[in-house]
Amino acid sequence: MLLIHCPFCKNRNETEFVYGGPVGANRPDPNLVSDEEWVDYLTMVPNPMGPVYERWWHARGCDQWFIICRDTVTHEILENPSEEP
Amino acid sequence: MQNYSFLSLARNALTGHKNWQKAWRSPPLKEKYEVVIIGAGGHGLATAYYLAKEFGITDVAVLERGWLGGGNVARNTVTVRSNYLRDQSIPFYVKSVSLYEGLTKNLNFNMMHSKRTMVDVVHNYPKMRDLRRRQLTMDIYNSTYEKISVDRVRQLIPALTGGGAESRLPIIGGMVHKDAGVNRHDAVAWGYARAADALGVEMHQRTAVTSLLRANNGDIHGVETVKGPVKAKKVVVAVSGHTTTITETASLRLPLRTMNLTAFVSEPIKPIVDVIVNCSDLGFYFSQSDKGELVIGGAPDSAQSFRRDIKQHVFEDTVGAMLELFPSFKNLKLLRQWGGHLDITPDASPIMDETNVPGLFVTAGWWGGYKAIPAGGLTMAHHVATNSPHPLMEAFSYNRFKNLDYILETGTTTAR
Repeated sequence: MLLIHCPFCKNRNETEFVYGGPVGANRPDPNLVSDEEWVDYLTMVPNPMGPVYERWWHARGCDQWFIICRDTVTHEILENPSEEP
Repeated sequence: MQNYSFLSLARNALTGHKNWQKAWRSPPLKEKYEVVIIGAGGHGLATAYYLAKEFGITDVAVLERGWLGGGNVARNTVTVRSNYLRDQSIPFYVKSVSLYEGLTKNLNFNMMHSKRTMVDVVHNYPKMRDLRRRQLTMDIYNSTYEKISVDRVRQLIPALTGGGAESRLPIIGGMVHKDAGVNRHDAVAWGYARAADALGVEMHQRTAVTSLLRANNGDIHGVETVKGPVKAKKVVVAVSGHTTTITETASLRLPLRTMNLTAFVSEPIKPIVDVIVNCSDLGFYFSQSDKGELVIGGAPDSAQSFRRDIKQHVFEDTVGAMLELFPSFKNLKLLRQWGGHLDITPDASPIMDETNVPGLFVTAGWWGGYKAIPAGGLTMAHHVATNSPHPLMEAFSYNRFKNLDYILETGTTTAR
């Protein structure tokens, strides 16, 4: 079980959070990029064996979205969100 | 290959079981093979076997980082079934189930295959409508699915005493899938390995592949291992959760995320349930093994994970849900718990194809890949040997995502 550091509520139990997926590329404007680039944005996510940046939502808490850096092998949280969102 | 039979058992008993042949050889690693398969799990071994058996390609090496059959083929819940949703999937799994049923005879290895009905316990009407729709598609491909009443559900599963009218989510009915079954996972790995070895395939354990090698023109050239480079014009990646870790070394990107899935077993008890119980609304399923243990599967961890373990809250959720329907299981002790990491595609269907690196084949995205081992191996071998996809796996292409041509199977496995 993870102890996740919410910028507002501090350390809270993982069960209070909803996972929001790894942080991928920024959403491009579909009218400005090629079909290939658009599909790439829709389907590709980073899948490293090691540190990954990911979004979490404190759904059963303060309702805030934030980004942490977590190791996918050890589950250690390597980087917490900054205090100022 | 030494034939296993009652007679050979009796004969070897007389000589104190000292004269059994080794099930497979351990030859030295050569510098070059026609085909290299990475991963001696279910799909890797089955692909090797069918390459030799059906297509006469015997210059094959299966390279395994750990030990043979020690990956996800040993970490699943041995459920074999074909109740899928899409026209592309159902015939594939129907083929796989039928191949499983003949495997003991064909490989001369006792798979302990036990054909038993699977019962889906349903708690809400949208789900029931969805399953009835699945039934209509499955009818086309000769897979059986049938709606049953609550009374019939309770008749088939006497231990199911919860989920009554007073509960928060009362059971409203069930679906019966008569083609399902369970068998012995070690036998599947060892049976394929032994039969492939007899045809000339080499298995190399403790031979981790560190990277893929590409020739100057971009084609696959072989693999780099901890024991040195091995050349091959065709390489098959069958490594489950580590697919992207391997393919990234050839600068190939795949739409895969690696997740951890939970399972655990109870202490052995007298026979209490003779069907496979699937409560997808509550997020668990189980069957009883021949030893009497309840083999229980839960939900995946929410976030990406390469760690084959179990999260306490996922475990608690699964057990809590199970006790709602099976209060008598409260007295059971749980013996073992484990996880396995699998990779999942955006549509929860597998990728079985040659990639855009010529000569590099992947079989990945297996979520519930145990049931697919025979058909997956057969069709992959067909693709590798003939350079064209087998009709049963044609749809599970690498390029389908380019057209967003999804074969959505989310929900037909524990993938949500």
